[in-house]
Amino acid sequence: MNAMNASVSEIESLRERGLLEKQFDDPVQQREAATLGMWVFLSTEIVFFGVLFASYAICRILYPQGFAAASRETDMLMGTIETAVLLTSSSLIALGVRAIKLEQRKTAVWLLAGTAALGTTFLVMHGFEYYREYTEQLIPGLNFARGGPYARAIELFFCLYYFITGFHSLHVLAGVCVIAGLALRVARGSFGSERFTTLELTALYWHLVDIVWIFVYPLLYLVGRSG
Amino acid sequence: MATIDADTVTDAVPRSFLNAEAGLGSWLTTHDHKRIAILYSIGITFFFFLGGIAATLIRLNLLKPSGALLNTETYNKAFTFHGVVMVWFFLIPSIPATLGNFLLPLMIGARDVAFPKLNLVSWYLYVTGGLFTICALLMGGVDTGWTFYTPFSTMFSNSNVFLVIVGVFVTGFSTIFTGLNFIVTIHNLRMPGMSWFKLPLFVWAMYAVSLVMVLATPVLAMTLALIGLERGLGVGVFDPALGGDPLLFQHLFWFYSHPAVYIMILPAMGVASEIIPCFAQRDIFGYRFMVYAMVAIAVIGFLVWGHHMFVAGMSVYAGLVFSILSFLVAVPSAIKVFNWTATLHKGTISFEAPMLYALGFVGLFMLGGMTGLMLAAPALDVPLHDTYFVIAHFHYVMVGGSVMAYLGGIHYWWPKITGKLYSEPLAKFSAILMFCGFNLTFFPQYVLGYEGMPRRYAHYAPQFQVLNVLSSAGASILAISYLLPLFYLGWSLFRGTVAGDNPWNARGLEWQTTSPPPEKNFYKPPVVQQAYAYDRPAP
Repeated sequence: MNAMNASVSEIESLRERGLLEKQFDDPVQQREAATLGMWVFLSTEIVFFGVLFASYAICRILYPQGFAAASRETDMLMGTIETAVLLTSSSLIALGVRAIKLEQRKTAVWLLAGTAALGTTFLVMHGFEYYREYTEQLIPGLNFARGGPYARAIELFFCLYYFITGFHSLHVLAGVCVIAGLALRVARGSFGSERFTTLELTALYWHLVDIVWIFVYPLLYLVGRSG
Repeated sequence: MATIDADTVTDAVPRSFLNAEAGLGSWLTTHDHKRIAILYSIGITFFFFLGGIAATLIRLNLLKPSGALLNTETYNKAFTFHGVVMVWFFLIPSIPATLGNFLLPLMIGARDVAFPKLNLVSWYLYVTGGLFTICALLMGGVDTGWTFYTPFSTMFSNSNVFLVIVGVFVTGFSTIFTGLNFIVTIHNLRMPGMSWFKLPLFVWAMYAVSLVMVLATPVLAMTLALIGLERGLGVGVFDPALGGDPLLFQHLFWFYSHPAVYIMILPAMGVASEIIPCFAQRDIFGYRFMVYAMVAIAVIGFLVWGHHMFVAGMSVYAGLVFSILSFLVAVPSAIKVFNWTATLHKGTISFEAPMLYALGFVGLFMLGGMTGLMLAAPALDVPLHDTYFVIAHFHYVMVGGSVMAYLGGIHYWWPKITGKLYSEPLAKFSAILMFCGFNLTFFPQYVLGYEGMPRRYAHYAPQFQVLNVLSSAGASILAISYLLPLFYLGWSLFRGTVAGDNPWNARGLEWQTTSPPPEKNFYKPPVVQQAYAYDRPAP
């Protein structure tokens, strides 16, 4: 019905090749629907993380000294490198989407593979962090052992630390799997300057994961550290 | 899209979405929004009667002050199961997932929702969540109340909290995906000429409710996940032993659960806004105000959760703010009631069954809403909190309001969905019976609550017996009125007379296609009109 953007025969051919679903009139409408769908999904993600951030805020207001003490137990160097790794991966995927739009398929494959690799690096580094915390007996419910006046607030902090970083890492893991799969599909030639919506929307998701981390990093690793 | 199948003319039974493909497999793998709506309706009907059985046990038990039937533990499990099932497996999906799924694309002239596969996934998530909840019931039930208050749910309850939480968590995603699907569908799939302010109010209701679903449900999911983790690990943010805050749980829970009340009532308002103009044969009064009122309810609904916590140690100032905001929601709600009433003025009113349900909805919703204002005032809420007054209030809104409207909608669109007409006298009888049964069940509970009978106890003081017996008697009438439609609507599927495309002389695009609609919704593109153009002939 909205056939201004493509002729009737073009639309029929797109439908036959399975590139245009039956509920859409033309590719533009399909693309806009997918994009809006992703933005709505991302808004739900913000609310998901919002619950954790709100819990953090309440607990931090209740126990400011305890949270400052706990913050000093985290590994700032690792956290900083992880931040750099994740931000770099986000720029790689943005370049990857641009490359696909310019039909530079090979470049795009490398950029996507790089994104997935950096995502994996992030996860591995987090694994090392968790392991260090395990050896230092910082894991609540498992082997937490800290004394002093703030012991319970530190334990509370680490509960939140694991919920937040764990939930975030789940998102990184999902992203890495999807992006690695997309790299393979780009290599097989499934995408091009006419067909890149999936890539673009995955990149949006990846940027959100990145932005969430930009909040997580200062809240857990930096705030109150020097006090 | 504009082609007519040759065999539609010759076949004895015309082709429609119902017989486009045959076999159970074709239903379980369908991407057709109309079939998914029917799958949902089967699911929610099942859960409605399951929740109804729990309600029956509660009402039977309260026949005697010492408890006629259940021990206290079983009683706790009965009301918890009733609450969990009715809220998450009936009320929340009821109108949006069935009528909304069926009608939304038809009303905007689309062939389907924006993401048909996601729509089917939503149904499977709903069923999976339901199975977890039934599992919990079979393994002994859960006794926390539907609100899962901590620290009881995290530290002390020995029942199957975890299973139920997983069930509600999974079903939450079904709600989120339905909301997402509807938002994108309304934004992107409106047919040419169908501008925002030509949309039927039902579509606006679906839009407002979808916003709430998408922005509130994640809070519930995350909060339940935190409870699950805390139960599993023994430590967490709500754990008072760590200095965690059980009140934080209440804030998060009601941040979802108060907007959830609007998830339940907004679609009901949408249904009433379709039925009343049709049976008054008159344009809705103040269309734009109706739209703004719904959006306002959705927005302000996010800011009032604190009124559930007036007695939970909230500061006077916080109480004051939440109280004022709660009063504010009454303004758009009242606009709606006034406009429905004004629509009737000088209308050509006929009292068919859907109209009786819709008028019942308006009256009962009004009473439920007005008592809500009483509870929004901290001074009144403190004595009435946790009494039967609260029970009566939200059952007037949820059951008197949402369920009446849901059944009104089912009756109104039944000819469109199935192509058959049901027995009008039986349907009218059932609607009136429901109104009477409902008031007999729940009005005494206002009085009981006012006199101080607390909720959630298996036993009560002897002076409350008369009203409790009245309430239980009403419940039995209510039960009959819920069972009746099952029979005469079921009967109409086989023996009902053929409905025709537009039996009510209604406006709206869904009435321009055949009954039941074809798989692709329309044989020829429908004619877009301003919604409720009852002053002009049907196109």
